[in-house]
Amino acid sequence: MAAATTEGTAAPTTTIEHGNKAHSDGGWAATGGSFVPVQTRSDRFKSTDPSEFPNVEGFESEWKLTPLKLVSPLINDTLDGSVYEISAVGTTPEWIDRTDARIGSTGKPEEKASANAWSSFEKALLVTLDSDEHVDVTVTRSALGSAARAAHTIIEAKPNSVSTVVLQNTGSALLSENVEIIVGDGAQLTLVSVQEWDDAAIHVASHFATVGRDARFRHIVVSLGGKVIRLNPSTHLIAPGADAELFGLYFADAGQHIEQRVYVEHVAEKTKSRVNYKGALNGEGARTVWVGDVLIGAHAAGTDTYEQNRNLVLSEGTRADSIPNLEIETGDILGAGHASATGRFDDEQLFYLQARGITEREARRLVVLGFLSEIVQKVDAGELQDRLKLAIEAELQGVSA
Amino acid sequence: MSTLVIKNLQVSVDIEGGTKEILKGVDLSIEQGSIHAIMGPNGSGKSTLAYTIAGHPKYHVTGGSITLDGEDVLKMTVDARARAGLFLAMQYPVEIPGVTVQNFLRTAKTAIDGEAPPLRPWLKEVKESMTELRMDKAFAERNVNEGFSGGEKKRHEILQLELLKPKFAILDETDSGLDVDALKIVSKGVNRAHENTGLGVLLITHYTRILRYIHPDFVHVFVDGRVAEEGGPELAERLENEGYDRYLAPAEA
Repeated sequence: MAAATTEGTAAPTTTIEHGNKAHSDGGWAATGGSFVPVQTRSDRFKSTDPSEFPNVEGFESEWKLTPLKLVSPLINDTLDGSVYEISAVGTTPEWIDRTDARIGSTGKPEEKASANAWSSFEKALLVTLDSDEHVDVTVTRSALGSAARAAHTIIEAKPNSVSTVVLQNTGSALLSENVEIIVGDGAQLTLVSVQEWDDAAIHVASHFATVGRDARFRHIVVSLGGKVIRLNPSTHLIAPGADAELFGLYFADAGQHIEQRVYVEHVAEKTKSRVNYKGALNGEGARTVWVGDVLIGAHAAGTDTYEQNRNLVLSEGTRADSIPNLEIETGDILGAGHASATGRFDDEQLFYLQARGITEREARRLVVLGFLSEIVQKVDAGELQDRLKLAIEAELQGVSA
Repeated sequence: MSTLVIKNLQVSVDIEGGTKEILKGVDLSIEQGSIHAIMGPNGSGKSTLAYTIAGHPKYHVTGGSITLDGEDVLKMTVDARARAGLFLAMQYPVEIPGVTVQNFLRTAKTAIDGEAPPLRPWLKEVKESMTELRMDKAFAERNVNEGFSGGEKKRHEILQLELLKPKFAILDETDSGLDVDALKIVSKGVNRAHENTGLGVLLITHYTRILRYIHPDFVHVFVDGRVAEEGGPELAERLENEGYDRYLAPAEA
């Protein structure tokens, strides 16, 4: 994975002024004819009303890497916001009204598909976690159907609760949704969102999380199946001692688009974040996008953050975009860095394995599994971890030697 | 009794704007069970010989032959060479993230033998070899070469040598970067494999230090891509005292 590597660690005194001038890709004009760019990620326009967003043309920086034609129904059409079928293990979710105070407590849509979903849902699905002994929860959706629909989910980890929540997605879908995650003071929450949709499914999601004092939040996105998956998690570290680990694992096959735009905002002092997304691409038209924004706010002294993305390219005809951004509004931090690398197999790794008698095909399999297993190992739900290993093995069946 | 025969081997590598010839006609014959030391100054082509035998794609054979019991090694893939009984202990083994030593060793053993080793005896054997090499138990759960110290990497190479039981092992500067304790442990491992399995050894080294612990039957001195001199163990002693200067300096009139 030696090709196209950038590694950087910002010195504490550095101020990075990303976005301080208009990019040649345009898009700024779309925000109302003004040529003054948005100076910081936190100033981005937010609204729960889709009509307040301009029409999406496809050249906006937010959308230009997404197959717009395929997601257009989720941006522009009326969405079915009715209650849908779920199955749950380890919890009894409730459907709550739009007027519930928790709705909107973690953030607001920053793009039109998210706002469209927000304005369309009839009731929100609520998962409450309040046990201080570790509980495992799985919520499965497998019958959303292929009509355009909206969903809204609230996951509330009460103060000092300890839990692992798996959101398991299978079947067909044309879904735009928002997931709000409230991690209370001292809570420990691992949230795993697994996308194993049918081949034709289209899924656009925004996750909004707030992490309280001394709370630990681990967010893992596993995207394997679906035509288009675009899952953008935002995490706000709002109280001292808040700690977030954001992991992602994705495998794009021919014609598959998997996108994730990760945003971490260090609001309070002494907060820590780690972002690590790893993906593999195989087959004509396999496409992945990773954008990682980290904002260290003016009051976030003592911040410690590192984000990285690694992509392993297994065949011709693939494209991986990887864009880390770091904004620093205070110099008084522990550390801030980012890294991104996209490359083919490391020939020396293959040589080493082959020199021990292992065939080239098996050597490639080992290297890919090894590459992705760093993230699989973070999935602490034992059964799910084993199942994910098998799912990745199955993906590898399509990889030629 | 197997024999590895290298005849008039010529090897080049691609460099910017052309190719560079590194081996200029090497002849060498190794019987199973014998220990050959290949010594020589830096840049003389010792490591090129090692990697060419193993089949690294960077090295292009432009002439000559390598045969193992008459079979054309140069026609074999890298993995086929290993399965035929050739082993290269590398000087700079690479990291393989996410692949544990345990998983790697078992996968390699299965590939070499053509069937998975019976679990219990295998685990016992791994454990014993690791104990002999003074490797901590936790080692087996670490990812291959990831975060290993220089000494740990070399021990891990010798661990593989003991477990995979090749006919011939090429040790590429296995002594480099080892302190004297680690050097003794690693040398013992090589000697054990030699005694237990009748291993043939091609020991590539710059220094004579390791030859105090692994005693060669033959010594070959490499200079500028050729064997400049050959002899018994006494040649190593002479090199210890005189160094390589006399091969490099222009011949006296």
